[in-house]
Amino acid sequence: MTPRRRRLYWVLGILAGVSIAAALALRAFEHNVMLYFDPTHIVAGEVKPGQRFRLGGMVEQGSLKRTPGSLEVSFVVTDFRHSVPVHYDKVLPDLFREGAGVVAHGRLDAHGTFIADEVLAKHDEKYMPPEVARSLKQAAASGAPAAGGTQEAR
Amino acid sequence: MVVELGHYALILALLLAAAQSFFGLAGPALGRERWLSVAPSAATGQFVFLALAVGTLVNALVQDDFSVRYVAQNSNTALPLFYRVTALWGAHEGSLLLWVTVLGGWTMAVVARLRFLPPAFGARVLGVLGLISFGFLLFTLCTSDPFARLSPAVPDGNDLNPVLQDFALAVHPPILYTGYVGFAVSFAFACAAMIEGRRDQLWARWMRPWTIIAWAFLGWGIALGSWWAYYELGWGGFWFWDPVENASFMPWLVGTALIHSLAVTDKRGLFKSWTLLLAVAAFSLSLLGTFLVRSGVLVSVHSFAADPRRGIFILVFLIVMIGGALALYAWRAPRMVSAVGFELISRESFLLFNNLLLVIAAAVVFGGTMAPLIADTLHLGTLSVGPPYFNPSFLVPMLPLLALLSLGIHARWRRGALSEARRSLLLTLGLSLVLAAALVFGVYAHPLALTPIGATLGLWIILSSLIDPVNRLRRGLRVPAAIAGMAIAHIGLGMFVVGITFVQSNTLERDVALKPGQSVQLSRYRFRYDGVESIEGPNYEGVRGTVTVTRDGEPLTVMHPEKRRFWVQGSVQTTAAIAPGLSRDLLAALGDDVGDGAYSLRLQYRPLIRFIWLGALIMAIGGVTVVVGRRQRGAGWSAARETAPLGPKAAAVSGGASTGSP
Repeated sequence: MTPRRRRLYWVLGILAGVSIAAALALRAFEHNVMLYFDPTHIVAGEVKPGQRFRLGGMVEQGSLKRTPGSLEVSFVVTDFRHSVPVHYDKVLPDLFREGAGVVAHGRLDAHGTFIADEVLAKHDEKYMPPEVARSLKQAAASGAPAAGGTQEAR
Repeated sequence: MVVELGHYALILALLLAAAQSFFGLAGPALGRERWLSVAPSAATGQFVFLALAVGTLVNALVQDDFSVRYVAQNSNTALPLFYRVTALWGAHEGSLLLWVTVLGGWTMAVVARLRFLPPAFGARVLGVLGLISFGFLLFTLCTSDPFARLSPAVPDGNDLNPVLQDFALAVHPPILYTGYVGFAVSFAFACAAMIEGRRDQLWARWMRPWTIIAWAFLGWGIALGSWWAYYELGWGGFWFWDPVENASFMPWLVGTALIHSLAVTDKRGLFKSWTLLLAVAAFSLSLLGTFLVRSGVLVSVHSFAADPRRGIFILVFLIVMIGGALALYAWRAPRMVSAVGFELISRESFLLFNNLLLVIAAAVVFGGTMAPLIADTLHLGTLSVGPPYFNPSFLVPMLPLLALLSLGIHARWRRGALSEARRSLLLTLGLSLVLAAALVFGVYAHPLALTPIGATLGLWIILSSLIDPVNRLRRGLRVPAAIAGMAIAHIGLGMFVVGITFVQSNTLERDVALKPGQSVQLSRYRFRYDGVESIEGPNYEGVRGTVTVTRDGEPLTVMHPEKRRFWVQGSVQTTAAIAPGLSRDLLAALGDDVGDGAYSLRLQYRPLIRFIWLGALIMAIGGVTVVVGRRQRGAGWSAARETAPLGPKAAAVSGGASTGSP
């Protein structure tokens, strides 16, 4: 084998390896990326049935209900135009509060309730998830009632 | 007044950085020998003024000078002294000051070892470091002055973010930055070598110890951050593939590739241009990390402020530095070719695979980290990339890397067969299989598909790393530091692999609502909840739960998870209780009062999780062993003593003979 030939094999081998890795990564990517929707998107029917996604918005004041003595909890996520009921049965994060921004991962059930398997409010209390801030801004721009008592994104 | 002193010190440091880069780069280029000695003096002066600036800010924090905005925003009279000092890097402005000061410290280390470098080369290294420092100081002064006054002053400060009031996190940023910023030294060596267009490979020998030390600090810093997230964020996760974590992990991966390719370049004169490219890439990723974290592009617990000017400044700086280095590379690298070949089964080719797989791994992380940003910028929707993408994709390059590692460390340079080591390798592989089977099916039941593979690979790496040192000791030979360090680092990696395999396969986690007296069983452990009581700390109040743990009915420990409410910021923080152990950790975290006398609790059992951080620590120790050992023997560094005449042409002539075998 001439050195030139050998180098060619090396390059081809490396290229093959890199392309396989890239293909696998892209595949994993396609299947595992989660999209974000706010309640308005959901009401508009943009979510495919059974699709796992991220829901963002504000926890509506007075909507938090616990089943006493158990982890079962329900609350309403709103973008001040539309709202979606959420059900969750794990420990809520520290910064979860009524009137604060929240992002939840999960799926819609047949009745339009969002069954969350993860609720995130893990950052400091001034933090507003950027996509939630944007949803609220859009809602405000389209003439929804002002987001009273809510924190603005910095 | 005192605070203005810090501000002036920063301005002087900026001017000295400019002098350092000008004389360091222009001196050798124009052949002015006397200019060369200006660069180290300027660097020393710069460091003195940086230290003065840091001292001023620390003083303001300790003295509760709330007329300084940074102090007012990040400290409080009730904050303990230790955290007042560490509040120095608790927010954006101060952590930038830390960044440049750490760079100043690295520069001083280069100055201290300058006599081992040819004068022109050393001056160029300092020149490039000065440029980086200049950029960051300008950034600090223009957009993020830590000494800005607050008018009117406030009576008391806003307190340090409660999650930062913790020992591991207090020491995490300086260590992480030491690693991050250390790659600036590798970068400067690479740039100096490219400017001179050196045809030899001595620059690789000079660059090696710096890179290894930076790499060790970075690994240590990442491990500390992960440990902190585990116990301080309260919910038992140790790695979230959070963009900010990824931002420090990518330079580590590329840095790992770099220290391996540097070995090839140093020993065999191969992969020269690839090594240079990796050095540029490692530092570029460090800069990118700084950009991602500090620009507010990513919002996470680590990113402090979202001022668009800051983002644009860092982005421009990033483009100038990386673009400049890549242009230099395109111009010079073709000259720096290697003429020697190697065969398929040789140390060189295994290290080539190592590099390839590590770079692919870094690319996988890069893709997942940048995709949401790119999608958002192009208005393709808001998407999030999490563990479901990262975990499997990262394993694709990692599994072959781990499988080839044991073979690679026993392959000979240049040519060859594994003939001598073949028996030991097969023996250790067999032993690992047996041990792994015993662990997977005997000790921990319910394995996943990858559990036996991960356990076998991890154990094989540990055992095969021992072959060479043990053989030498048996023959009564001493084990050189380079061999010992390599073995230690690989054993650390093996421990890490074993740890993560069992953590991923056998962790048990339950979220429960319990009334006092009720209990839950996890594996052999029974957790009984005994109620909560009120507590009060120096700057917080809260509740403390009591959880009594028994193993197989025998009393084991009593855990006290807490829920704290910090007065000043009003934020609530979960402080998990952890019962650590080498073989397993138990964790209890307190949720909320869910009514009816019950509290929500999260309980976890994680086997071998300590191996993850211990492994990372041992990896870093291995790196340090190599460098310290080389230095003490007086080889390496002083062998690098070389007197090159001035000027790029002359330097390019000085040939480099390949020196020795391992």
